[in-house]
Amino acid sequence: MLSVPLVVGASFAYLALLVAVAAFGDARARQRRSVIGNAGVYALSMAVYCTAWTYYGSVGRAAGSGVWFLPIYLGPTLAMLLAWSVLRKMIRIAKAYRITSIADFIASRYGKSPLLAGTVTLITVVGIVPYIALQLKAVASGYALMTTPLGTPLAAPQAWWHDSTFYFALALAGFTVLFGARHLDHSEKHEGMVAAMAFESIVKLVAFIAVGAYVCWGLFDGPTDLFARARAVPELNALLHLTQRAGQKFAYEQWFALGLLAMLSVIFLPRQFQMMVVENVEERHLRRAAWLFPLYLLLINLFVLPIALGGLLHFGRGGMDTDSFVLSLPLSQGQGALALLVFIGGLSAATGMVIVEATAVSTMVCNDLVMPMLLRTRRFGSRAGGDLSRLLLGIRASAILAILLLGYAYFAIAGEAYALVSIGLISFAAVAQFAPAMLAGLYWKGGTRNAAFTGLLLGFALWAYTLMLPSVAKSGWLPADYLNNGPWGIALLKPEQLLGLTGLDNLTHALFWSLLANVGAFVAVSLWRPPSAREASQALLFVDVFQNPAAGPVFWRGRAQVRELLPLAGRLLGAARAQQLFGDYARQRGVAGIAQIPPDAQLVHFVETQLAGAIGSASARVMVAAAVEEEALGLDDVMRILDEASQVRAANEKLQSLDRLKDDFMSSVTHELRTPLTSIRALSELMEDDPDMPPAQRTQFLHIITGETERLGRLVNQVLDLAKIEAGHAQWSISDVNLRALLEHALQTTAEMFRERGAVAVLDAPAAVPSLALDADRMTQVLLNLLSNAAKFLPAEGGRVDLRLCGRPTGLRIEIEDNGSGIAADQQALIFERFRQGGDSSNRPQGTGLGLPISRQIVEHFGGTLSVRSAPGQGACFTVDLPWQAPTTTTGEPR
Amino acid sequence: MNQRILIADDEPNILISLEYLMKREGYEVSLARDGDEALAALAEHRPALVLLDVMMPKKSGLEVCQALRADEALKDTLVLMLTAKGRETDIAKGLGSGADAYMTKPFSTKELVRKVREMLEARA
Repeated sequence: MLSVPLVVGASFAYLALLVAVAAFGDARARQRRSVIGNAGVYALSMAVYCTAWTYYGSVGRAAGSGVWFLPIYLGPTLAMLLAWSVLRKMIRIAKAYRITSIADFIASRYGKSPLLAGTVTLITVVGIVPYIALQLKAVASGYALMTTPLGTPLAAPQAWWHDSTFYFALALAGFTVLFGARHLDHSEKHEGMVAAMAFESIVKLVAFIAVGAYVCWGLFDGPTDLFARARAVPELNALLHLTQRAGQKFAYEQWFALGLLAMLSVIFLPRQFQMMVVENVEERHLRRAAWLFPLYLLLINLFVLPIALGGLLHFGRGGMDTDSFVLSLPLSQGQGALALLVFIGGLSAATGMVIVEATAVSTMVCNDLVMPMLLRTRRFGSRAGGDLSRLLLGIRASAILAILLLGYAYFAIAGEAYALVSIGLISFAAVAQFAPAMLAGLYWKGGTRNAAFTGLLLGFALWAYTLMLPSVAKSGWLPADYLNNGPWGIALLKPEQLLGLTGLDNLTHALFWSLLANVGAFVAVSLWRPPSAREASQALLFVDVFQNPAAGPVFWRGRAQVRELLPLAGRLLGAARAQQLFGDYARQRGVAGIAQIPPDAQLVHFVETQLAGAIGSASARVMVAAAVEEEALGLDDVMRILDEASQVRAANEKLQSLDRLKDDFMSSVTHELRTPLTSIRALSELMEDDPDMPPAQRTQFLHIITGETERLGRLVNQVLDLAKIEAGHAQWSISDVNLRALLEHALQTTAEMFRERGAVAVLDAPAAVPSLALDADRMTQVLLNLLSNAAKFLPAEGGRVDLRLCGRPTGLRIEIEDNGSGIAADQQALIFERFRQGGDSSNRPQGTGLGLPISRQIVEHFGGTLSVRSAPGQGACFTVDLPWQAPTTTTGEPR
Repeated sequence: MNQRILIADDEPNILISLEYLMKREGYEVSLARDGDEALAALAEHRPALVLLDVMMPKKSGLEVCQALRADEALKDTLVLMLTAKGRETDIAKGLGSGADAYMTKPFSTKELVRKVREMLEARA
C-alpha cells in the first residue's frame, strides 16, 4: 500500500500539471501559435474515448470472457476507417453554421427546433450522468486499493462529507469550469482543453503499456511464457478462443451488436462529438486521424489480454477483483512507483472523460434547456435588455457542477449495484438513439422534425424499458418480478424478451428493439407528411453542404435593422465582441461602417449564425425572430431562393472563366505584339549604330522591318476585328452575293501568290448558283484567308489547290483542298483557337494566329460552319457550309 | 579564341538580328530554331552562354533550361532567357527553371550586349 498523502499529493500534482498544459494551450492560442493545429494532437484528443471504465474494465472483461473486450475497440476502428467521410460532413456543417453540440446539430437540421434540442439534451443527461458516476467509482476504488493493504477488505463507504470521492467530484467540477466555461467563445473552441486531453491520452497510454510490459517481462518471461502457462490451465485456455465453451456457437449477433454500438458511440457520444467535430481545427486533419486514432486503440489494447491472464495466473480466479489487476499486480510485487503511475493513468482517463463530457453536456443543458426557458420569462426575454454573456457563463458553470454532483449522487447511491457496473454499454445504447436522426439528416432531405422527435422518443422509451429499468431491477431497487414474468404478468411485455423475442443477450435485444422502433418511426413519420419550408431549407443546407458555396443560399425574407441586431448580438456575445464582429462584417461586405451595412437576409443570417455559436441555433432563431420582422416562407419560396442562389453562382463562375480567357487572350496578344517589335527595334538600332553598313545588308534589314511592321498592322486589325465580331459591334453590310463571282475574284487576287510558289489553283463551280444574303467583303476575307493558309503549306514543287463550289439541299458548300503537308489529328481542333498556328517556324511569320478564328466567327455569323479534314502528308480540305437562309438574328443590319 | 554564344529562337528575323549583333560584338555564334535544335547545338558546340527564347516549338525554353541544368556536361552554361511574356509569374518561372538572367522583349541591343558581357566576365 501507499500512504494517503502520497497518493493524494500525486493526484493533485497531476491535475495541476493538466491545468498547466491547458493554460499553455490557451496562451498559445491567444498568440495565434496554436499547439493543437495538427492531426496528431487531434487524434490523441479523440482518445478521450478510452475512459477509466475501459482502462480498468477491459482487463476485467478479458479476465471474465476472453476476447469480448475487443468489439468496444473494433467498432471505433471500423467507424474511423469507414465513416470518416460522414465525420467530414458533420465537421463541415458544424463549422458553417456554428453548431456546438450534438443536440444543436439535430435541432438545427430539423428546422432549428427547440423541442428536439431539449429532447436530445434530456436523453443525453439521463444516459451520461451514470457514466460520469462510473468514472468517479473507478477513481474511488483505485484510490481505496492504493491506500489499503492488499488483501484486506476495502473500507466501507463513508458518509458523503467524509468521502474523498465527493471532494474529488467537486475538484473535477472546478477544473471543468476552468477548462470549459471560463470564457465564452463564439465557436465553443477550447484549445487548452484539447491540449490537456491530448496530454492525458499520452499519460494513460504510457501507464497502461508500462504495466503491460511489467506483467509480460517482469512477472513472466515474456508473452510467450505467459501464454504458454495460460494454455496449460484449461479455464484460461478457453479465454483465448472466440467461443468459451466447446460446442458453443460463435455469437455473431452479439459481436455485431457490440461492434455497431461502439461504432455509433464513437461518433455520437457528446464528448466524441465535442472533440472530433466542435474542436476540429482543420478538416484535413481527419484524414490522418482516421488511422492514428485506431492505431492508438490498438496500442492501448495490446496488453489487455496478457494482463488479464497474468492476473488470473498470479492471483487465481476469485483471488482479487479482476477490474483492478492493473493496480493489484504491481502492488503485490511491492512496485509502488509503477502502481502510482498506473493509478495516475486511470485518474487521467477518468478526469479526461469527465471534463470533456461535462463541458459538452453543460453546453447542451445551458443552450437547449435553460436558455429557452429563460428567454420565455419577462426578465430575460428576447425584448429585454441587459448583457446575458456573463449569465451564460454562470449557467454553464452551474450546469457543470450540477452534472458532477448528480454523478456523485448516483455513485453514492448505486455503489456496487449492477446498474452502475453495466452503465458503460447502457450509456452507449442511449446515444445510439441519435444515429437515425443524425445519419438520415446528413444524407436524406425528406426527414422532418416530427419524425426525428417520434423516433428519438420511441427509441429512448424502449431503451429505458428494455435496458435501463432491468438494470435498476437487477440492482434490487425494483421488484424483479416484472422482469421475470412481465408487468401484470403479461409475458409478451417482459422487458428482456419483448414480444417473445428470445435467444439474444439483453444488450443486443434492447438495441434491436430501440433502433427498430426509432428508425421505423422516423421513416414512417417522414413519409407521412412532407417537410415544411423551414425543415426543407435546413435539409438543403445540411445535405448539400459540399455543393453550397461559402455564402450559401439564405432562406429568409423580411425587414431587419442594424440598430436592432447589433444590441442583440451585444447582449449575448458582449458589446465589444459584437462591435468587432459587425465591423469585420462591414469590411467583408465592402461598406464604410457598421451603420452602412445593408439590413438584408445575409446580415440576419450572419447574426443568427454568430448567436448560434453562443446559445445554440434553436435559441438563436427565437432571439433573432423577435428582433426582426420576418415573413413566413413557403416551400416554393425555399425552392425559388435556392434556384436564384444557384443562378448567381453559375453567373459568377461564368464571369470568372471569362476573366481567365480574357487574361490568356491579353497575354497572347502582348506576346504577338512584342515579337515583331523585337526585330524592328533590334534591326533599327543595329543600323543606327553603324552608318557604314553595306547597302545590301541595310536593304535586307529594312525589308524585314517593313514586313514586321505589316505584320503588326495586320495583328492590330485582326484583334480589333475579332473583338468587334465577338462583342457584336461589327458592321455587316448584307447584300445578295453570287459565291461563284466571289470565288473567282479571290482566285484572281491570289493568283500572283500561287504563281510565285509554282503552284496552281483551280476552280470547279457550276455556271449558275443561287445568290446568298452575305457580307461580300467579310466573305472575301474568309476565302483569302483560307487560300493564303493553303498556299503556306504547299509543297515546294507541284503544289495544287482545288476550289469547289456545289449546291446541297441545305445550302452551298465551298471546299478548298490543298496537297500540302496536312494537319495532324490533334492539331485540327486547335487551329481554330486564337494564336494557335499550324506548321513550323519556317513558314509562320506571315500568320497572326487569328485568321482561322476570325474566319470561323464570320461563317458562323451567317449561320454556317467552317471545318477541316486532313491526314498528315495528304493535304488538308477546309469546308465552308452556308445555309440558304441565314438565321434572322444574324442577318440584321448593323447593331 | 572568342567565346561562343548559342541563339535559340523560333522567329527567323530575331535570329538574323541577334546573329548580326553578337558577331559584331566579336562572339562566335550558333543558331537554333526550336528546343530540340537548341539542345543538339548545346551538346555539339558547348557555347559559354545561350540566349534562350521561352516560347519555342518542340521544347520550350524552360524545358531546355531544365534539361541543360540536369546535364552534368552542360550545367555550367550561362542562360539568358528572352521572352515576350513579361508577367511576374513568367519571370519567376524562367528563373525557377534555372536561368541566370531574364530579359523581356523588345529589348535594347545595348543592354543585351552589356548583360551578355557582364555575365561572361563574371564567369571568367
